[in-house]
Amino acid sequence: MDQNTKVTPEIVKKHGLSEQEYERLKKALGDREPNITELGIFSVMWSEHCSYKSSKVHLKKLPTTGPHVVQGPGENAGIVDIGDGLCVAFKMESHNHPSFIEPFQGAATGVGGILRDVFTMGARPIANLNSIRFGSPDNAKTPYLLKGVVAGIAHYGNCMGIPTVGGEVVFDECYNGNNLVNAFTAGIVKKGDIFKGFASGVGNPVIYIGSKTGRDGIHGATMASDVFGGGNEERRPTVQVGDPFTEKLLLEACLEAMKSDAIVGIQDMGAAGLTSSSFEMASRAGTGIDMDLDKVPLRETGMTPYEIMLSESQERMLAVTHVGREKEIIDIFKKWDLDAEVVGIVTDDGIMRVRQKGKVVCELPIAPLVHAAPVYERPIKKPGWQDKVQKLDLKKIAEPKNYNDTFKKLIGSPNLACKSWVYRQYDHMVGTDTVVLPGSDAAVMRIKGTNKAVALTVDCNSRWCYLDPYWGSAHAIAENARNLVASGARPLAVTDCLNFGNPERAEIMWQFEQSCLGMSEGCKQFGTPIVSGNVSFYNETGKDAIYPTPAVGMVGVIDDISKHTTQFFKDTGDVVILLGVNTNELGGSEYLKQIHNKIAGNPPHLDFEREKSLHKAVLAAIGRGIVKSAHDISDGGLAVALAECCMQDNCKMIGAEVKLEDDVRSDALLFSEAPSRIILSCSGKDADLLLTIAKSFGCPANIIGSVGGDKLKIGDLIDVGLKDIYGLWSESIKKIVS
Amino acid sequence: MKFGIVVFPGSNCDRDSFHVPTKVCGQEAVYLWHKDADLKGVDCVILPGGFSYGDYLRCGAIAKQSPVMKSVIEHAKSGGYVIGICNGFQVLTESGLLPGVLMRNTSLTFICKYIQVKVNNKTPWTNKYDAGEVITLPIAHNEGNYFCDEVTLRRLESNGQIAFKYHGENPNGALADIAGITNEKGNVLGLMPHPERISELILGGTDGLRVFESIISTKK
Repeated sequence: MDQNTKVTPEIVKKHGLSEQEYERLKKALGDREPNITELGIFSVMWSEHCSYKSSKVHLKKLPTTGPHVVQGPGENAGIVDIGDGLCVAFKMESHNHPSFIEPFQGAATGVGGILRDVFTMGARPIANLNSIRFGSPDNAKTPYLLKGVVAGIAHYGNCMGIPTVGGEVVFDECYNGNNLVNAFTAGIVKKGDIFKGFASGVGNPVIYIGSKTGRDGIHGATMASDVFGGGNEERRPTVQVGDPFTEKLLLEACLEAMKSDAIVGIQDMGAAGLTSSSFEMASRAGTGIDMDLDKVPLRETGMTPYEIMLSESQERMLAVTHVGREKEIIDIFKKWDLDAEVVGIVTDDGIMRVRQKGKVVCELPIAPLVHAAPVYERPIKKPGWQDKVQKLDLKKIAEPKNYNDTFKKLIGSPNLACKSWVYRQYDHMVGTDTVVLPGSDAAVMRIKGTNKAVALTVDCNSRWCYLDPYWGSAHAIAENARNLVASGARPLAVTDCLNFGNPERAEIMWQFEQSCLGMSEGCKQFGTPIVSGNVSFYNETGKDAIYPTPAVGMVGVIDDISKHTTQFFKDTGDVVILLGVNTNELGGSEYLKQIHNKIAGNPPHLDFEREKSLHKAVLAAIGRGIVKSAHDISDGGLAVALAECCMQDNCKMIGAEVKLEDDVRSDALLFSEAPSRIILSCSGKDADLLLTIAKSFGCPANIIGSVGGDKLKIGDLIDVGLKDIYGLWSESIKKIVS
Repeated sequence: MKFGIVVFPGSNCDRDSFHVPTKVCGQEAVYLWHKDADLKGVDCVILPGGFSYGDYLRCGAIAKQSPVMKSVIEHAKSGGYVIGICNGFQVLTESGLLPGVLMRNTSLTFICKYIQVKVNNKTPWTNKYDAGEVITLPIAHNEGNYFCDEVTLRRLESNGQIAFKYHGENPNGALADIAGITNEKGNVLGLMPHPERISELILGGTDGLRVFESIISTKK
């Protein structure tokens, strides 16, 4: 867009601003028309992606504080204190729309963006996780998207040398037209060394750092704030192209520069690039910025102010240093062969003034632009179909005749199968901190120089959220906490990616509100506040929205690394103990979907008190050093969970024989996904102590069997050789792509 | 023994390769910046894993042009110890310190997993292993498919230069299951597996540690 382009109602519409929003904009400008660059800036700053205009009123209800919270939402990442003067900075962010248009680069730059969010706060990233969701395995586009997304994540994370240690991979028809890519990064920072995005100190220089600015990614944020129609390929130029090599240099240079006390504030250029980073930094500090676009390192000549301000070229940062200290910082970046230029100066007038060739091309008051961003209380209406899908009469569900066959079908279904085809493409060991590798309930990362470890997990059952967004979302919190507990960690805090459909539809907003309320309750119950995250709306194609998918990432701490646990059975003769209660609940289960082709019912009942007593019991037992393995029961139920205790992705196998005496119908006994249950194993001599510990916390516990042999036997229902199911389980994902 | 860990732009196992000699083995170590020709008097140079210069052009191809590599080549030629791990192995073949090339994995994907290798303990890098011992090491690479011409292969075999061979499963299609080789004198080792990633019990084992202990033991 040339600077002289006239702003017409049509141009305004093309920028995704409604008439009311345009009026509001003019008012914020003191009743004048914006020029084209200013209009472009407003359109991205007020886009759903950047402004949270539809979600803000609901997000305010989420619990975000706690004694260990050092930084809540609003900064580049959330930060929690883990003791010994150390903190974990972490965040999860969506890159859904770009990954559908161009899976490799879309996913790669999603990883790049979240890494920058973490190291811009002064933290050295220690681990990546991700939550990725695709359409049905037999959908024509699924193999292409799966291959591209996984290769993109691998490309970026591997080159950066940050291990990708966990996550979830889900397939469901509801993602046929909108796959989801949510990327999570955690980093470690000393409490006194945290950096924030403040443009403080009038007269301080503003420094542009990193890659040159090109014409890629213009209006990425606006694209992410719209539904997909036909012709998505035409939007490919809105997807950025990543260069992890440059980002690796940027990471090392930033951490080196941060060791001096010359930097006042620093922020990455993510969505809406130079625009959002400069506005946000000045807004937080209550200052203004005078910027000269002639100083911005450019990839090509002839770029207009509009293009420079809205480019989403990757691997760029904006920093403010103390006046007179800019040279030493610039020298560090030059040492790493990166561009670093003073492009502006901090002012006291609260105005963003941008010049090119001596002419002012944009002059915007910052506070009105940021604070006058529209906030909507969108209409909310419970969908007419909601009650109907919750109806489920188990009497009409015929029990399978041959449970061995049913079990084999389930263990080989892509959602329950081993995900090693995916995570083997990720370097999950670089950094030499990964104590528990992908494939167990939670990844465990040691922190060198301490006795501590951090446990990380990402999870969400979106089918449950579709059936009941409130309880489905509460379950997502509970399951993450349970995963951490099974690894021996105390849950600390949450980050979330709220992936939903079009917020302008009242039914979607109902899902969103319910989901926030459910998560909120879950977080309060487990004492795990939400410290960072993002919202991704407009995940729908045509009239079909995805299931509400509040992907949750959770961080926990293990104070004594020697007391961590994996889910795998260890030694022949060990005793298998079930903590928790088996129930008849089959609503929303994988079994119901795969075997009976039914998506119906309510998610299983979640009793917070029961769940909390389970956590206490398991942590106490692990703390005593008597637990040899711990695995939470979730997707696929007890039978699948037992198989996951028996088999590791490297062909290591050890069998088990269990007997269950509950008064529950057989299919529910095997495949119910009722929560608040964990399978433990311990040596025979410790079994009594373990049962006593469980009972002291009021947690039901029973010995159900023993470890050993080369079969999995469950009562007289299931009797399968592990060798017979290993191939089904480990090859399933590979089959989708070949 | 004094170790020097080269830092190329894009090296990402440099800190891991520093950690094991110092924190686990109690030796001295320094980082060697790629633009700096001074090797700071080290006994053993480690070329770490990663993506030196972004792996642009070809893995290791740009790294061999760096000032530090000129000194590393001199150091090797005068009998000094050099070990190249993963990307470091690629740098060694590109620099001509080791014969052969590393091509893309036959699967055409990055592979990160534990594999088994059989050790030839007749090298300065493996003298702490038993003859023919099978150990478990992690690999993490996209280009680990070793190849050389037949004459070279015969020479490698007859000289006992093949230090590590994949055992059971060949993960990347490497010729003759080659996972790691030395030069003729034995003072230069290149290998695709990462011994530094399995040198502490907390990480699941210590099968890689003896590579470091072997070379340290050669210092009188």
